Amino acid sequence: MKRTLIALGTLVLATNVPAAGGDDPVLAKVMIDRFERQHTGGDDPLMLEADVWIGRDLHKLWFKTEVERVGGETEEAEIQALYSRAIAPYWDLQVGWRHDAMPKPERDWLAIGFNGLAPYWFEVDAAAFVGGNGQVAARFTGEYEWLFTQKLVLSPELEVNLHGKDDRATGVGSGLSDLELGLRLRYEIVREFAPYIGINWTKKFGDTADFARDHGEDTSDAQVVVGFRAWF
Amino acid sequence: MSRISLPHPGAFSPSRRRFVTGLAAGGALLGLGINPATGRAAATPPGRQQVLSGTRFDLTYSPTPINLTGAERQATAINGTVPAPVLRWREGDTVTLKVTNHLAEDASIHWHGLILPSSQDGVPHISDGFEGIPPGESFTYQFPVKQSGTYWYHSHSGFHEQTGSYGAIIIDPAGPEPFACDRDYALVLSDWSDEDPNHIYATLKKLSHYYNFRERTIFDALAEIREKGWAGYRAERDMWDTMRMSDRDISDVTGYTYTFLMNGVTPAEGWKGLFRRGERVRLRIINAAAMTFFDLRIPGLEMTVVAADGQNIEPVTVDELRLGVAETYDVIVRPQDDRPYTVFAQAIDRSGYARGTLTPDLALAGEVPEMDPAPILTHGDMGMDMAAMGHAGHDMGANDSADGGMPAMDHSGHDMGGMDHSGHDMGGMEARPAIGSGTAGYGSSRPVVHADTEYGPHIDMRADAPQYRLDDPGVGLRDNGRRVLTYADLFNIGATPDPREPGREIDLHLTGNMSRYMWSMDGIKFADAEPLGLKFGERVRINLINDTMMNHPIHLHGMWSDLETGDPGRIPRKHTVIVQPGARISYLVTADAMGGWAYHCHLLYHMPGMFRKVVVS
Ligand SMILES: [Cu+2]
Repeated sequence: MKRTLIALGTLVLATNVPAAGGDDPVLAKVMIDRFERQHTGGDDPLMLEADVWIGRDLHKLWFKTEVERVGGETEEAEIQALYSRAIAPYWDLQVGWRHDAMPKPERDWLAIGFNGLAPYWFEVDAAAFVGGNGQVAARFTGEYEWLFTQKLVLSPELEVNLHGKDDRATGVGSGLSDLELGLRLRYEIVREFAPYIGINWTKKFGDTADFARDHGEDTSDAQVVVGFRAWF
Repeated sequence: MSRISLPHPGAFSPSRRRFVTGLAAGGALLGLGINPATGRAAATPPGRQQVLSGTRFDLTYSPTPINLTGAERQATAINGTVPAPVLRWREGDTVTLKVTNHLAEDASIHWHGLILPSSQDGVPHISDGFEGIPPGESFTYQFPVKQSGTYWYHSHSGFHEQTGSYGAIIIDPAGPEPFACDRDYALVLSDWSDEDPNHIYATLKKLSHYYNFRERTIFDALAEIREKGWAGYRAERDMWDTMRMSDRDISDVTGYTYTFLMNGVTPAEGWKGLFRRGERVRLRIINAAAMTFFDLRIPGLEMTVVAADGQNIEPVTVDELRLGVAETYDVIVRPQDDRPYTVFAQAIDRSGYARGTLTPDLALAGEVPEMDPAPILTHGDMGMDMAAMGHAGHDMGANDSADGGMPAMDHSGHDMGGMDHSGHDMGGMEARPAIGSGTAGYGSSRPVVHADTEYGPHIDMRADAPQYRLDDPGVGLRDNGRRVLTYADLFNIGATPDPREPGREIDLHLTGNMSRYMWSMDGIKFADAEPLGLKFGERVRINLINDTMMNHPIHLHGMWSDLETGDPGRIPRKHTVIVQPGARISYLVTADAMGGWAYHCHLLYHMPGMFRKVVVS
């Protein structure tokens, strides 16, 4: 799948844009937002957060993925395949399918959300999900950028997950399930590649926290993270 | 020895042949001129341009290795040189130009600013019957030369213009020139990138500020808070932050990837032109860049501007002038000292410069001045009615810091009263209509209305109160302590050729979405647009309203754009007109050329969308 996409992307990038017309070629962008090792006391988790889009100015096919591996095991893996349509100068409406491959059991969701840039330069991705088992969920992620220099960028991030009801099998509880706060300082060696260091703090709430305690897991966790951001 | 060292006008014919052969021989050295990596005899002036003259020309496109940065790239060169050879024609001749394409893609040549039949204009799928020149084939252009002055030629296919397909055209008048000069140089300014232009275009669509390395930092914010207080700072920032736009957004593509060239020579090497003390030197300055506006000055010399876009104007003396992409100006300078003078052409965003030297001795090079501070856009540049917004004070502050810290009022001051610059003209001359009064020469009196097509995800801004800003030299040049040419200085040297009042008016809004990197007119991109119809023989006014934060150089093919600068009797004729951000401008067009014509923004990466076909029938 991925290989096909990349091949398709390369093919598309090679096409010529004529001077009159052809203003809107099919393009593809691969964006690795976070690829990082999180330094904890025990096994250090490896995190990947990436987007791939392919399409034109106003219509795109958009894939999002989040994978977490601990000690060689994939603990969390999620992929979304969305149709992304521009609905306002800075906003895309995104509709599609979300699949949670890990943790087991697998869950499938219908996804609908907004992705874009809010006034005052907040990058926002807010989505609602309807699961096959009658579960509903919502996720909000926000990000901001402070430039120290043209290449040194401090970026706070917030992610919040909410669920309609308990899902003991996957360990999520109803209401506010978890929250993640991050602060990453990246250095853009070139625009396309930036190593970073940062801190990441996660906290589980309510039943989600209880489920975690039952498994002998921490309900809140702060880590130093080291990774890179890259796109092409 | 100089490149286009011409004898006096009039003394032309006898020396012409020898002159041409001399330069043809010189032309062989050009490869050295554009390739600093290879050695060269010290006495050879860099950037020697090949000049071709006469009435029959063979021009050949071929992929040509070029090395301007230390990395070898392929240029889409014409006759093996970048820029292409200078073409020297004579008014009244009929020229025949056989263009052969040895590239792997379709090619074309458009004769920029030339009045000729549509079929010879060279825009594939727009010019009557012209579909481009396929690989391996030739196309022979033939047309009578009906004008004189400085023009240029360039590809109208793909992004070939970015990779070197441009050159100067000099047309000697049938009669005598209205001004004398001892030497004559073409200065072709351009921007070169080692990147594939298709890649540049794709990059802009993925991350529109990719090439901008002058974004606001935390330290800028802290300095402003210290200076203005939190409330003052917030009032200043609010519009930008809610609009999600950057006041540092001046050029889409910058010196980060560009090397700026003067006659194909890098700033490191520097083009050189000879003079003898006291001589009158004519410089034919052509902005052949793909994306870069240049602000040109020659410290120590004042420049007398004698022609704009090839057409003679009432001479006006300035220290500095801005050339939008595709514009040309002819200036005459008269160096009084035996010393080198630097010809300094800063990119509008101050991310780099093109450089040359006028010198009595090739061994000498002039001192290179510091670049000016990078410009910062103001609320006025966004077409805001500042009086209504009550932000006037803040804007002035921003202007001051943007434009060199001069405490004086700048031109936005005029706008702030809700008036335009007509107030200016009124002072000196009694009973002159104001700019924007509606009669020929003064621009439109129509209110600005935004069409429904200007709303949607493809448009990020509409100017609330776009003003005529003819006497505004533009962002980065206001109140810099120098006399800077403005459009309000341009007056035709003779009477207005077509003094009719316009029979009708056409409003065209220049529109786009910066961050999605989409460009259009009236919110409709070329691919979705109907052709713009003009009736043969009609006199029409075109009002351009810039609903974006970029300067757009708008070029109408085949017919003159008679720019309304405030004198109906001496309306200057241009082929390319800068529309400043958030501003409006008007010109009159006599639809005296049948057929299909291109009409577009001349910024290469705006052009695919911000483009119309004009049909005169
Ligand atoms: Cu433009």
